[in-house]
Amino acid sequence: MPSLGADMEAGTLVEWLVKPGDRVKRGDIVAVVETQKGAIEIEIFEAGKIERILVGLNTKVPVGTPLALIQTEGGETAAPPAPPSMPAPVAPPSPPSPSPAPPPPVASACVARARVSPAARRFAETHGIDLSRVTGSGPAGAIVLADVERPPGVTVAPPDRKPAPGLDLDAMRTAIAAAMARSKREIPHYYLEHHVDVTASEQWLVRINAGRAPDHRLLIGALMIRSVALAARRFPAFNGFYREGKFEPSSAVHVGVAIAIRGGGLAAPALHDADRIPLDELMARMRDLVQRTRAGRIRSSEISDPTITVTSLGERGVETLYGIIYPPQVAIAGFGRIVTRPWVIDGAIGPRSLVTITLSADHRVSDGHAGALFLAEIGRLLQEPDKL
Amino acid sequence: MNDLDIRKAVKEELNNIAPEIDLAAIDPAGDLREALDIDSMDFLTFITAIHHRLGVDIPELDYPKLVTLDGAVAYIAARLGPIKK
Repeated sequence: MPSLGADMEAGTLVEWLVKPGDRVKRGDIVAVVETQKGAIEIEIFEAGKIERILVGLNTKVPVGTPLALIQTEGGETAAPPAPPSMPAPVAPPSPPSPSPAPPPPVASACVARARVSPAARRFAETHGIDLSRVTGSGPAGAIVLADVERPPGVTVAPPDRKPAPGLDLDAMRTAIAAAMARSKREIPHYYLEHHVDVTASEQWLVRINAGRAPDHRLLIGALMIRSVALAARRFPAFNGFYREGKFEPSSAVHVGVAIAIRGGGLAAPALHDADRIPLDELMARMRDLVQRTRAGRIRSSEISDPTITVTSLGERGVETLYGIIYPPQVAIAGFGRIVTRPWVIDGAIGPRSLVTITLSADHRVSDGHAGALFLAEIGRLLQEPDKL
Repeated sequence: MNDLDIRKAVKEELNNIAPEIDLAAIDPAGDLREALDIDSMDFLTFITAIHHRLGVDIPELDYPKLVTLDGAVAYIAARLGPIKK
């Protein structure tokens, strides 16, 4: 059971996507675990063959417990997927802990969720179908692909539909409270603010998007993430983790994207390598990440490894937001709503699109001087969108 | 495809994005982004879904015409042309 956040002590295994004998490779999603943050897809870090499943469905186990044994390519048997930072796994499980069963509504949801084929689940996710309203025709009433592939007309949800099945907003609120309280308790934040003309970025997007089908259009949010990622690569004091009294810069830039959840929730899963992947791919991944997060399906690596966070208010709301750093990260960049304002360019006043960008950073790691250069770099990068 | 079919399709796609909203209760002339609390990503998802489902190409410059339910239906009907009534 991987640790999916500093405050996580245990998780409930709600779905196995592999069975003994299956071949797996690094990055494959092998199981789904229910945590405070919702249902998380667990990726595997070893290649090999699944030898034995050690933790059964709907069993709650402490972080560090081996979930399965795999026969690795080299032949030895290993218990994945315990990330390196984990304490050594406890000896294979004492009889599946007589774990306190989750509260009844959750439990029944889990049971129902377990009887869905992975293909059906994927289809349902991408099409926003509520599986709790689909009748299964497979073995033991399992929902199979054919059950969800009906014409869209039959998928209309009644108005009282709840958030996606993997999302427990109360638990999410508890997790947000724990992380933010810790941040305010431990991290001496300092704050900087910068007003940036994004007219050039907007005009560039209009030109680019004019020739593209909706699937391939870019949002300004992608440019914001990219500019922060590139600036973070140049200013390493804002990208990494503060742990056990010291700062560990990260060579990779994994940008946590703050995503609002309908009904009142927030998650900031990682968009991996946001400084290196092509901009189109960044946009595609951002769309995928937002959809999966809102459907309650975040992957384990996305939860545990953002190195810096970007939060944006989007088209509505107000002009400025000051983010709270998500520990153990050391910085968060905040973008307000873009507004049209009079602005002086070459000695003349004209209407321009302006965004207020803020930086909240950890004073244990950096100072305002460096923060100002970092923030200014983000603004400068947004002046040349074609180079992003 | 008549206006009723289009309205039904639009509502279904909006409901996929904002499942808890009762579309029967919203003002068809009001701003959907406000009524449904949808952001630019949701709106792009909506435009993409309409594009796939009805084959209507909606350039970005026309987005403002689709921010109300009535506006979206009228726009799509006009783009589809007077095929079958």
